[in-house]
Amino acid sequence: MLKIENLHVKLEEEDKQILKGLSLEVPAGQVHAIMGPNGSGKSTLSYVLSGRDGYEVTEGSATLDGESLLDMEPEERAAAGLFLAFQYPVEIPGVGNMTFLRTAVNAQRKARGEEELSSGDFLKLVRTKAAELQISPDMLKRPVNVGFSGGEKKRNEILQMAMLAPRMCIMDETDSGLDVDAMRLVSDGVNALRSPERSFLVITHYQRLLNHIQPDVVHIMANGRIVKSGGPELALQVEQQGYGDLLAEVG
Amino acid sequence: MADTAVKAKDQTPTIDGAPKPAGALDARLAALSLPQGGFTAAARRDALARLQDMGLPGPRDEYWRYTDPRSFNAPVPAALAVPDADETPLFDGLDKLTLVFVDGVFDEAASDDLALEGVEIATLAQADAAGSWAADLYGKLEAAGQKPVKRPFAALNTVAARDGLLIRVTATPAKPLHVVHRRASDSADAVWHHVIRVEEGAELTLLETGMSGARSNSVIEVDLAEGAKFHHVASKRAVDPKVGIGHIFARIAARAQFKSFTLSVKGTMMRNEAVIDIAGDDAVAHIAAAVLGDGAQAPFHQDDTVFVTHGAERCESRQVFKKVLKNGATGVFQGKILVKPGAQKTDGYQISQALLLDERSQFLAKPELEIYADDVKCSHGSTTGAIDEEALFYLRSRGVSRERAIVFLVLSFLADALAEVEDDGIRDRIYERLDVWLTLNAVQ
Repeated sequence: MLKIENLHVKLEEEDKQILKGLSLEVPAGQVHAIMGPNGSGKSTLSYVLSGRDGYEVTEGSATLDGESLLDMEPEERAAAGLFLAFQYPVEIPGVGNMTFLRTAVNAQRKARGEEELSSGDFLKLVRTKAAELQISPDMLKRPVNVGFSGGEKKRNEILQMAMLAPRMCIMDETDSGLDVDAMRLVSDGVNALRSPERSFLVITHYQRLLNHIQPDVVHIMANGRIVKSGGPELALQVEQQGYGDLLAEVG
Repeated sequence: MADTAVKAKDQTPTIDGAPKPAGALDARLAALSLPQGGFTAAARRDALARLQDMGLPGPRDEYWRYTDPRSFNAPVPAALAVPDADETPLFDGLDKLTLVFVDGVFDEAASDDLALEGVEIATLAQADAAGSWAADLYGKLEAAGQKPVKRPFAALNTVAARDGLLIRVTATPAKPLHVVHRRASDSADAVWHHVIRVEEGAELTLLETGMSGARSNSVIEVDLAEGAKFHHVASKRAVDPKVGIGHIFARIAARAQFKSFTLSVKGTMMRNEAVIDIAGDDAVAHIAAAVLGDGAQAPFHQDDTVFVTHGAERCESRQVFKKVLKNGATGVFQGKILVKPGAQKTDGYQISQALLLDERSQFLAKPELEIYADDVKCSHGSTTGAIDEEALFYLRSRGVSRERAIVFLVLSFLADALAEVEDDGIRDRIYERLDVWLTLNAVQ
């Protein structure tokens, strides 16, 4: 599904190398987690994959089912099936959540040559998905993320994910700012979306989220590269021992 | 009209004192046919004397520092081709009484019947001189609004207005009035002047769309009695290179509410002035505008100049101005809140913001507060910014195209101004129309 090879990325403005030869492959249907200390380049990876400005790829490749992501505009990546759940979802006053969501869903369908959803079908679908995430009809009517609590914003991200039905989901510290109940709600939403055709890359600081969203593989990232990969036990090891020993072990 | 019209030169009264060199003003007046006689004669004479005294503005006038008055000073307007077809009217399908003006002159045949319960409607050109209630108002609010800031083009309007509406509301009518402006001549210098009086407890919604004249000069005088309400929604979509200046003068009595929203699109040299006198306790005045300026086809310059005077207790005023500018467009905002001595518990708010879609466009803002009461809440803010890259990326990451995402962000930017339109149905129509315009003129 997602294949990243020897990816080198620097900040455009600062000439600072962030990713230094990162390689990673997430096969279809799997959940991979990335953990790593602050400043290891986790968020940069999610932004580069989804096409945010300000980063320059100096070497390497990233492909989704063999198609190069790095040459595409952000909206083309989305239409190709990539989704990034933001660590800090953006507030957009004056634009209704529903209007935005419907525009996004239909823009992607159109880009893929599919028929647009009628307003009736869209409404039915969004109401069902929203109810599963305990998103009230009032939240759907409000402007995008405006006046939402931290938990509500993250639930809204998962709602977008459910509506857009991407093949490859990247979640950037979705657990940050969530209380226990909200984390369960968000995790349940994600688990409901797991399927043999859909993959997840879950970026997190804490093992806690991985109790709810069970990963197939855990990667440890440091200094712009994946330094160690393993099963879910690797996350537990990080939780118990911190990164120090682990990083010393891999040099 | 022609038989009563006399060239201004012959009519210029002698003014005591030392009049300014008036060559430019004489030429300006000479190019207009000035209406004579009728119930407005005294007001017109008075306005002419005031105009002679103040003269036309120059670039050194404080209130004309950001906007070049030359195209308003010129004796005749530059020719402006009449568009092949009017745009689809913004308020089509709404139940309303439609009043059509062609180049600033009332077109009876194209308008609805003037009979509407609760409202007396007459036209300035045909009003019965003796009986008109408007005789007490025509030019009066304009004259009062000349202090402390001179507004020569409003005085010129009172002198030269050929037509306009005289609207007196005694009881809230069942539907809004809709003034539709059309153009027929490529050289018309349209000058019209409405006088509106809303009596105690009554309510009026006035909608305005379209443009009159190759150049236009409009004045609306609004007198609100106690507890009266006035909602004004104007859509000024010009064709380039349109030149126009408009003034709205309002006097607001106790517990009355004045709300005005203007949407401005295009225009080479456009200025809207609002002069609001809050004269009675517990009154409310809101004035808002959304402006879309694009300098691609022709220069764009749009100026909102606002002066709100609080002269009573516990009153609220709000100014919300939002301008979206691209391709070298210029937006101007000069907004003032004056709180007079004794106007305690005043709540005054003013925000002016520009969204610049490129580095060649500019926003010039002069917010002012002048407060002579000690128990008031007043605030003002002014910002100039670009599209928020974070928000743009967020929208695009969901599959929304860059062009569509910018339309969303522009609508988002304008939202606070549009929120000042009270009627949901009317606001939704404006939103839809804006969406279409923005999509057609998408930023690449």
